[in-house]
Amino acid sequence: MNEPVATPLMQVRALKAFYGPLQVVHGVDMDVAAGGITALLGANGAGKTTILRALSAMVRREGDVIFAGQNLKGQATEDVARLGIAHVPDGRGTFGALTVAENLRLGAYTRRDRAKVAADLEIIFSYFPRLRERYQQQAGTLSGGEQQMLAISRALMLRPKLLLLDEPSFGLAPIIVKDIFRILRAINREQGVAMLLVEQNANLALDLADHAYLVETGRVVLGGSAQQIRADDAVRRAYLGY
Amino acid sequence: MSTFAHQFFSGLAMGGVYAILALALVMIYQATHLVNFAQGEMAMFATYMAWNMMDSGLPYWAAFGLTVVLSFAAGVIIERVIVRPFAKAPVLSMVIVFIGMVFIFNSVVGWIYGYEIKDFRSPFPEKAWFGNTLMSSHESGVIVVTFLVLALVYGFFRFTPLGLAMRAAAQNPASSRLVGIKVGWMLALGWGLAAAIGSIAGMMAAPVVYLDPNMMSSLLLYGFAAAVLGGIDNPWGAVAGGFIVGVMQNLVGAYLVGTQIQLSVALVIIIGVLVMKPSGLFGRVIVTRV
Repeated sequence: MNEPVATPLMQVRALKAFYGPLQVVHGVDMDVAAGGITALLGANGAGKTTILRALSAMVRREGDVIFAGQNLKGQATEDVARLGIAHVPDGRGTFGALTVAENLRLGAYTRRDRAKVAADLEIIFSYFPRLRERYQQQAGTLSGGEQQMLAISRALMLRPKLLLLDEPSFGLAPIIVKDIFRILRAINREQGVAMLLVEQNANLALDLADHAYLVETGRVVLGGSAQQIRADDAVRRAYLGY
Repeated sequence: MSTFAHQFFSGLAMGGVYAILALALVMIYQATHLVNFAQGEMAMFATYMAWNMMDSGLPYWAAFGLTVVLSFAAGVIIERVIVRPFAKAPVLSMVIVFIGMVFIFNSVVGWIYGYEIKDFRSPFPEKAWFGNTLMSSHESGVIVVTFLVLALVYGFFRFTPLGLAMRAAAQNPASSRLVGIKVGWMLALGWGLAAAIGSIAGMMAAPVVYLDPNMMSSLLLYGFAAAVLGGIDNPWGAVAGGFIVGVMQNLVGAYLVGTQIQLSVALVIIIGVLVMKPSGLFGRVIVTRV
């Protein structure tokens, strides 16, 4: 059922995830292409966020996650980050009491190449000029859109190979969402960062993504290119609304 | 007038000790939202170590430095071995662990060194500095040390990546892990720093209150009052609180209630602050927007 993806950066096999004794993800297989954008679609509570959390080892998991040829079995969240997987969690996860500058510095916490970090900061400002204006401001005082930009930028400061994005559109005005998704596409093209996007808004996600998987009650029920998914009758009726 | 000034300045010096102790409390509170009741006894233990080293011929500052380093290591080990297993336990279990540590440190020191009161040297010269008639050199020295400790703590948290990582880990452990911070080690480091800072408080207090296994019990109460007064999440507030409590304790003791019930000043401050302004005089109110 799942289309093989050329040069997968991450291969997920039989992934199960648990909250305490409760199993939420029941054996998910999927691939994330290097340099591509892959979307996880599905209704509220389908287990999309949990899949992302399992990839970052934030919840108990079983199964195999192979990233850039390395099995992530037994790796803790901080090790996963150090391998080059940056996670923008739901709720954005910015450090509200710290300044924008400190948030961005934390994003690069594991890096020792100072000159490149400084250069990356400039690249980030070129995508999100607002953050330069707000640089010394407390992150908690930013607007929702600005906080999302900060969360994405914080993740990019890791210079990740893969960016995990959990509902970047959540709680934001449509015009800001459009802006952020346009910038995400630009970052993907220009910086070559692969992205795995969790999104409830299927239209939005399929516009951005090359590949998509449909998640229902903790299982992948459909996978393929964005066009194929968009063309699927069941998806159209249930998730695209036309 | 001169009695008043003398009371004021010696209060300031004792306030320095409370301030350092409060800083140590704030350090652990910020990271874990727990108040380490054993902070005073840990400091007392460290002070005995310093006494031991000096007794066997080590010069003061060598013993001082070594004590700070050993206390740091001990703090890290205590977090790893004693506190860590209770990381997910309810707050009350943690309180019991702290109280247990109070008794353990107290009796172990009593067992090793005995309960008779010992003299503890001051590193500062006997003659007051610059012909200062109001404060002894030890009193001025304590105030200088307080500001040095505060400057170091502030510089560490404000300007070093590790300090930033510790602040981040205290504030949002989940996000900290996502940027690659080893949160567990940050907690251990916080305990190490708190123990090291506490040991300085002990060594500064000992020449005044003398060395005995119970030397810290009332000091910790004042340190706690200082931390609460200043705002327990704010290092600056803790230090300001320390000085205020020190001065108030002396003035109230000298002019209002007498020294017998001086200690209740600390309790009155704690209760008063908790009732009137729970975040303390300088407690930070975090602005958030959702």
